[in-house]
Amino acid sequence: MRERTYVFLIIILLLAIFAAWLDFASPHIKLGPIDRDIRVHQGLDLQGGLRVLLEADVPPTTDVSPESLGVAKDIIEKRVNALGVVEPVIQTQGTRRLAVELPGIANPDEAIKTFGGTGLLEFVDAESTPLREGEVVKTTGPTVDNSCAGLIGSNAATPAAPTATVAPTATIAPTVAVSSTATISPTAPITATPEITSTQVYTTAMTGDCLSGASVQFDQTNRPQIGFTMQGNGTKIFGDFTSSHVGKYLAIVLDKKVISSPVIQSAITTGSGVINGRFTLKEANDLAIQLKYGALPIPLKIVETTNIGPTLGQDSVRKSIIAGAIGLGVVMLFMLLNYRLPGLLADLALSVYALVLFAIFKGGIPLAFDFVTLTLPGIAGFVLSVGVAVDANILIFERIKEELRAGRSLPLAIEAGFNRAWPSIRDSNASTLITSLILFWFGTSFGASLVAGFALTLGLGVAVSLFTAVLVTRTFLRLAIDLNITKNLWWYGVDRDVTRRSPVVGGIQ
Amino acid sequence: MADIIGKRNWYFALSLLVILPGLVAMAIHWNRFGAPFTLAIDFTGGTNWELANVSQAPSTADVRDIFARHGIRDAVPQPETINNQPSVLIRSSELSPETKRAIEPDLKQLLGNYTEIRFESAGPAIGAEVSQRATYAVALASLAILLYITLAFRRIPQSFRYGVCALIAMLHDVLVVVGAASIFGLLLGWEVDSLFLTALLTVIGFSVHDTIVVFDRIRENLLRMRGLRFDTVVNHSILQTLDRSINTQLTVLFTLTALALFGGLTIRQFVVTLLIGILSGTYSSIFNAAPLLVVWENGEIPNFFRRVFGRRRQVTA
Repeated sequence: MRERTYVFLIIILLLAIFAAWLDFASPHIKLGPIDRDIRVHQGLDLQGGLRVLLEADVPPTTDVSPESLGVAKDIIEKRVNALGVVEPVIQTQGTRRLAVELPGIANPDEAIKTFGGTGLLEFVDAESTPLREGEVVKTTGPTVDNSCAGLIGSNAATPAAPTATVAPTATIAPTVAVSSTATISPTAPITATPEITSTQVYTTAMTGDCLSGASVQFDQTNRPQIGFTMQGNGTKIFGDFTSSHVGKYLAIVLDKKVISSPVIQSAITTGSGVINGRFTLKEANDLAIQLKYGALPIPLKIVETTNIGPTLGQDSVRKSIIAGAIGLGVVMLFMLLNYRLPGLLADLALSVYALVLFAIFKGGIPLAFDFVTLTLPGIAGFVLSVGVAVDANILIFERIKEELRAGRSLPLAIEAGFNRAWPSIRDSNASTLITSLILFWFGTSFGASLVAGFALTLGLGVAVSLFTAVLVTRTFLRLAIDLNITKNLWWYGVDRDVTRRSPVVGGIQ
Repeated sequence: MADIIGKRNWYFALSLLVILPGLVAMAIHWNRFGAPFTLAIDFTGGTNWELANVSQAPSTADVRDIFARHGIRDAVPQPETINNQPSVLIRSSELSPETKRAIEPDLKQLLGNYTEIRFESAGPAIGAEVSQRATYAVALASLAILLYITLAFRRIPQSFRYGVCALIAMLHDVLVVVGAASIFGLLLGWEVDSLFLTALLTVIGFSVHDTIVVFDRIRENLLRMRGLRFDTVVNHSILQTLDRSINTQLTVLFTLTALALFGGLTIRQFVVTLLIGILSGTYSSIFNAAPLLVVWENGEIPNFFRRVFGRRRQVTA
């Protein structure tokens, strides 16, 4: 027993030192095979940023295949990465939604424009009349003859999709939702809900999936334009079309909005071409990103946008940290005054608890998650878990007091106190753990990231508190007995009149 | 020795006294707005657009005009002060990114070069779905807790009752919190948002946590003090855990009060909701959950109904 106490003490000290090292470590650590950044990850509500929830814009009765949602996620991920945002998070949520989180972004509207567009590019037969730039038109959309992916309305990357469950009609339907973000055209004023100005349905000659690449180039007057190259059948489709339509107008339509409408001067059979409109360099860049990474296999619409400016979050962090520190201080003082020596040891255990938990927030748990994103509800969950940790100690100390009052010797009373309090600590914490597990599952599956953040910190807090409040406090107390610090029961929270309130059974009969 | 069990009906009455105003507030609220509490845009769909550093407190009509020009006719600007700077919170129906972009230049003309503090816009479908899923999650959690308690208390008779009574106490706390949200909604315009949902879920967790501590003592005493009357054991168990209940309540009170007083405005409603719920959780585990066990054990529920039913028969006769 004695040796074990000292072994535990050493383990606890090592753990505390390791945790403290992680807590105060510089952002980058290198430890044998581990070589990575370690720092506090703040949620969007703390550091500010943009969160957009996208939903498949197909009728509710139409199923969205997991494959096409996955492809959409990949494409949006690529577009977002091209934006150069630090640590973007893109997650599928449920069966028809994608959540995009971009921390600390300066210009949220621009970002939405770039990653949110469906990116369905069509080369449309405009016959003898040029189409106005910015005009929204109806087109026949992708068919087997004019697209290269093989699957209508799907992406080349999903040939494995067992009969793309996305109804082809869904992609052909004029997408007015997110797709209208493709306000690439610098001219026409942006209208709130783009109205389809013409009832004519234009024939789509070729779709954007026939492109193999796109990049920004400059014309003779140094204005940005987008050069593109074709792949697969694209060269032939485009070649055939341009050969038979020399002198006619070709409209380049992105997400049903006309970007430019040049005259076909000659047949283009070389497999490369140029889109010129009146682009700014930024617009040309964004368009190139969209073209390069392809069209989404399903149209998406924005169902939720949240943008938090950085000032609001920072203010909350500062205040919450101060509040947390004050709360923790008062609790420690309370424990010290109320339980004296055990209270002091509990405070020490609580410090170990805070060190370990914060280290987990920063460093994560190997194989489970890399770090814990700290959100406002997360901080609240942390503060509440302090309450749980203290509760375990209160349960134990109250039991020790009872045993002492019943006349047991100090070492026996301490052991009995821990043993008797354990079932209630176990069962009450188990119920809290069950709740936080279900909440975490609920939060992650259904896009309630606030709930998930709260449940994770609460659950971790409860788990760590079980360790510190029981094992660490017990080791400290056993040590206090072993070192024979004091035999005066006053130090253990029992007043001199031990028989004042006896919990002995006989008393209540 | 204090006799809590003997006065149980008084404590039940006190619970009712606390819950009733909340129920009335929910009824009034339902009657006025079609929902038991003021729902935030998380649930109803809509836009919160908060701008700081505005050059002047804008006139409501001007802001409404700008929004109306872009087809949004329900914008409600609400002047605020953030860090001594004039600010404005504009609420409206859902704004698409395009509409927002179109409104911005006009708004800048009116308000000067403002900084956007936050912009939240949501469609109505999400919130309904989230609350529905949350209800499922709570139902699932309740079932899991019921199962866990029944298992954990299997060594004493009628262990199933302990789970049921813990859940009834939990329902009590949910009603208190939801009622309070409705009252605050009527008086102070507080809104029920996804943070409230989180608070409610926490209260549920802690309510059961607290109840189990009291029940654990009953379990232990039942096994140790055979031959004693059930209500005596329960009363004794409550008194034995009273010190712990009060002390734990105090520590949670300290941390939450600190958060409420010094924490950011964003979480104040959240913290107050937690304070009310956890206070109610401690009360209900001592004065509702444990006494309910006695009520059940004594078979007072059929008695109660028989009395009411019998009386009614007398009246009709």
